[in-house]
Amino acid sequence: MNDVLLWLNDPQNWTGTRVTPGIVEQASAHLAYTAIALSIAGVIAFPLGLVLGHTGRASWLVSVANGLRALPTVGLLILLYVMVSPLISGRGDAVYLVPTEIALVLLALPAILANTYAGVRNVSPDARDAARGMGMTGRQVLFRVELPNALPLVFSGLRSAALQVIATATIAAYVGLGGLGRYVYDGLASRDFGQMAGGAVLVAALALLVDLALSLLQRATVSRGVSGRFSRRSTRDSRSAAVTVVRPEPPRGGPDGGPRPGQATTPAAALTPSGEHPSG
Amino acid sequence: MSSAAGSAPWDLFGYFADHRAEVLDLLWAHTWLSVLPVVIGLLVALPIGWLARRYRWAYPPVVSVSGLLYTIPSLALFVVMPTLLGTQILDPLNVVAALTLYTVALLVRVVADGLAAVPEDAVQAATAMGFTRLQRLRTVELPLAVPVIAAGLRVAMVANVSLVAIAATIGIPQLGQLFITGFQLSVTGPYYPPIVLGIVLSVALALLLDRSIVLGARLITPWQRVSAAR
Repeated sequence: MNDVLLWLNDPQNWTGTRVTPGIVEQASAHLAYTAIALSIAGVIAFPLGLVLGHTGRASWLVSVANGLRALPTVGLLILLYVMVSPLISGRGDAVYLVPTEIALVLLALPAILANTYAGVRNVSPDARDAARGMGMTGRQVLFRVELPNALPLVFSGLRSAALQVIATATIAAYVGLGGLGRYVYDGLASRDFGQMAGGAVLVAALALLVDLALSLLQRATVSRGVSGRFSRRSTRDSRSAAVTVVRPEPPRGGPDGGPRPGQATTPAAALTPSGEHPSG
Repeated sequence: MSSAAGSAPWDLFGYFADHRAEVLDLLWAHTWLSVLPVVIGLLVALPIGWLARRYRWAYPPVVSVSGLLYTIPSLALFVVMPTLLGTQILDPLNVVAALTLYTVALLVRVVADGLAAVPEDAVQAATAMGFTRLQRLRTVELPLAVPVIAAGLRVAMVANVSLVAIAATIGIPQLGQLFITGFQLSVTGPYYPPIVLGIVLSVALALLLDRSIVLGARLITPWQRVSAAR
C-alpha cells in the first residue's frame, strides 16, 4: 500500500521527464482513445439504432451486434492487432492506435446500438399513438416523442460502452499503446509494484470520473417528465405528476460493459439468446 | 516451437493437435477460474440479497455499491488484489477474488429483485399454513425466485469467462494465454492459430456453461414446464 502512495505522491510521475510521459499526459491519451472510439461507434450505432427502433425493421442487425459481445475482449484486441498492424507503415503510434481503435469501436457498437434500439422500442405505444393522433409525422414522432423517452436507455448504453472502452484501452497497453495501462504493464515488467498498482488505481479513478461525467450529462439532458426527478418545490406543485411518471433507473452495463440481468430483459435482447451474453 | 501447422486462421485444428495437453490444461484452468467465483459469489449474495429485500433501507446502498464496483475495470482489480489480500501478483486467487466481487455485486441485486418478485399470494399461503420464516424462505420463496436468480447467474458466468482471459496479460495462465502466445509468435507476420483457437474455445466454454445453468434451473423448477405446457 505504501509503495502505491509513494508512487502516486511523486510529482515527477505526474509531470513526466524528457523521455517518459507523465500521468497527466497518459491520462489525456487514455481519454483521447476513449473519446475517438466512442465518437466513431456513436456516429454509426446511434442513428442506426434510432432508425431500426422506429421502423422495427432489420432487428437481426441488433442480434448480430449482440453476438459480438460474446467474444473475449483480449482475444479480439490481439487478433485485430496481429491482423491490422502489418498493413500500417510509418512511425509513431499509428501501428498500435489503428488496430486498437478498430477493436474499441467494435466493442462499443453493440452496447450503443442495442440500447438505442431497445429504448425506442420500449416507448409506450400510448405515447406513440397519441403523437400520431395529434398529426405528427414519422420524423416528428421519432425526435419529439421516441428519442426523449429513449434517452435514459441510450445513456445507459453509452455509459456501459464507455466503461468497456476504458477497460479495454487499458489492456491495449499490453500490445504497445500508451495510456494509463502503460503503468500497469511497465510496473509489472520492472517489478515496480507501486507503479503497477498506482496505475490500476488511476484507471479505476478515470473510469469512475467518466461515468460520473456521463451521469451528470444524462441528468442535464433527460427530461424530468421521463426521469421523474422533480425538485422538492415543484413536487409540491405537481405531486400527482411526479408520482405517476416515476420509473426505475434503467440498468446499466456490468464490468467492462457486459449487460446486467435487467438489461437482458429488454426486447432487443429478448429477441436473441445471445443478447444475454456480455463480454469483458 | 516447431509446429507442423501453418499460420492461417483455419490452422487452429493443427495447432490444437500439436499442443493438445497444454491447451486442455489451459481450458481446465479457465473453467475453474470462471466457475468458482460464481459459486462462491452465489453463496455470499444469497444472505445479503435476502437482507436487502427484508430491510428496505438496505436496498439503495446495496445497489449503489454494486454499481460502483462494476465501474472498476477488471485489470485494475486484478492488480490491486495483492495489496488487499497480501497475495503474490501471480496468484490465481487474485482473479478468483476479483471475479467473486463482481459476481456478488451483480447477484445481490438479482437475489433481492428475485425475492421481491415472488407472488404475494404464495408467501401469504405459506405463512397461513404455519411455515416459519426460514421454512418459507427455503421451500417457497427461494424456489420461486430461481428463474430470476438463474438469469443473473448466466450473465455473471458468461461475463466471467470473458474477464478471466484478461488475467493472462499479467501472467496467470488460462485460455487467454493462447492470445499471448499468438501475439508473441506474430513478430515476423501474423500467426493466427492460437488466437483463433483461444477465441473459439472461450466462446464455446461460455455457451456450454450458460446452457448448463439453463438446464440446471429447469431441472429444479419442474412446475415451470407444467405451467408453460398449459
